[in-house]
Amino acid sequence: MSFVVPKESFNGKVLAVDFGKDEKALAVGGENCLPFLSFEGSIPNRPVIAYEVQDCAPDDWPDTVRNIYKDVSGDPVAWAKYCQDELKAGAIALRLVSTHPDRDDRSAEDAAGTIRDVLAAINVPLIILGSNHIEKDALVLVAAAEAGGGYNCVIGKAQEGNYKTIVAAALAHNHKLIAMSELDINLAKQLNILITQMGFDKEKLITDPMCSALGYGLEYTYSVMERIRLAGLAQNDATMQPPILGDVGMYVWKIKETVASDTDMPEWGALEERGITWEAVTATSLILAGANLLIMRHPRAIQTVNKTIDELV
Amino acid sequence: MLIIGEKISVIAKKVREAMNARDPKPIQELAEAQWKAGAHFIDVNIGPAEEKGEDLMKWMVESIQKVVKAPLCLDTTNASALEAGLQVYNSEWGRALINSTSNDPERFGMLELAAKHNAEIIALTIGKGGLPADAEERCAIAAEIMARAAEYGVPLEDIYLDPLILQVCTTQDQAMHSIKAVKMFQELNDPPMKTVVGLSNISNGVPKQMRSLIDRVYLTLLMYEGLTAAIANPLDKELMDAVKTTDVFLGNTLYAHSYLEM
Repeated sequence: MSFVVPKESFNGKVLAVDFGKDEKALAVGGENCLPFLSFEGSIPNRPVIAYEVQDCAPDDWPDTVRNIYKDVSGDPVAWAKYCQDELKAGAIALRLVSTHPDRDDRSAEDAAGTIRDVLAAINVPLIILGSNHIEKDALVLVAAAEAGGGYNCVIGKAQEGNYKTIVAAALAHNHKLIAMSELDINLAKQLNILITQMGFDKEKLITDPMCSALGYGLEYTYSVMERIRLAGLAQNDATMQPPILGDVGMYVWKIKETVASDTDMPEWGALEERGITWEAVTATSLILAGANLLIMRHPRAIQTVNKTIDELV
Repeated sequence: MLIIGEKISVIAKKVREAMNARDPKPIQELAEAQWKAGAHFIDVNIGPAEEKGEDLMKWMVESIQKVVKAPLCLDTTNASALEAGLQVYNSEWGRALINSTSNDPERFGMLELAAKHNAEIIALTIGKGGLPADAEERCAIAAEIMARAAEYGVPLEDIYLDPLILQVCTTQDQAMHSIKAVKMFQELNDPPMKTVVGLSNISNGVPKQMRSLIDRVYLTLLMYEGLTAAIANPLDKELMDAVKTTDVFLGNTLYAHSYLEM
């Protein structure tokens, strides 16, 4: 008797979310099977990796990744163009770090100006991220959403403490929205429910269950992502069907494994390779768990993950 | 857990009058209300419909499918009326469910219709010889129906076995026999047989204000044993909340603070 591959099929389907405009627009999600198991279903869109850009110099990034951008990182427009033109980024994630009260506390109007300048300079899709300060993000992202009107951006992150204003802004200016909760699948579901109860279309949502780096709780992120995917597919839970975001770079490029020098830690191997590998391995794990969209920093890590995706799809 | 909304029934005076007058509005309103309340199927019970049953079932199916995008459960003992309904049935939102066949030779024709029209079918585990005494007898009847279904070409996955729920106020011991039967039915096949009950039978004859409580507690016990579907009243919010809560405990839905609103 010949071997028959056992196949699992699901009633549920991950929602497809498109962002950006014209020929550079991208879509993520849409699959009705587990990650890369295309023999069990269809996977219309491959995972997308966005290059992270910040609105101020990345002084807190370790040299391995800071040096890559040293000629452009003083100017978000130049930085974004460099990613698009030189590094062939398919999408840019602009993090408005300088608006954080503990950083430069720049105003929402400043942030809106930056968004307008960056959007005028690039044609790939833009993800607009706040500084992860609940109150300030509610101001900044509202202004940013308005500035990005007509560009079909992804804005985020809406959290339990500030989602109402951010959802309203995304709704008014027709953007996609990242809903973030802190490593808890039940809270992730609850936030998606609350957001859709405001009249926001679930087909415009992206779920961020919160990321973590390899060695720093990655298994929690992995598990939550995997269970979200299974709830969406196997239980056909409509609230758990938005694509998943992994905001990888910011969690990887601060841990000691990506910072400690060769001389301090000779047994860990060369710092540069170590950091790049750490980001690539963290990101690869998450696409296997079900992440559809990643935000990353080092071009070589991104290339490595893209190559893995090429081989898996 | 699947709910088959029971409100469109010839037994209800309002529905019966609308059927007789061919006034679609009250029927469509009931269909919509049940669908919005979370019913997965809408039961269409036209009774024996001895006069113009074909016309009536056709009209019912067409009227209801104009307003709800849900599969229907066609409920009549009149086989030609049932077939007339199946002929106009739109399966875009799911296959039709026939209610019902049994081990009574007079009901075998329903299996033929299920096979012919690719419909699912409810099988009551009773025969010609009166009510089954216990779960074991229900299983014996179920096995006979399953064998007969195979003869007619109805796949076992398309059958919902119904243990027949009896009134708690007159046949109290039968309540547990039916629950046990739901558990045993599943073991008759791999993958497990689907099961269904006509829930409100349990509270037939009890004072009106107690019916909802009795229905929902009984349904919770049935769900624990793996019940697939219940013909029940989706407009009973307490019942629906009990279903959603039990589904959370059973791991069928993921908990969130707002799970009752979903």
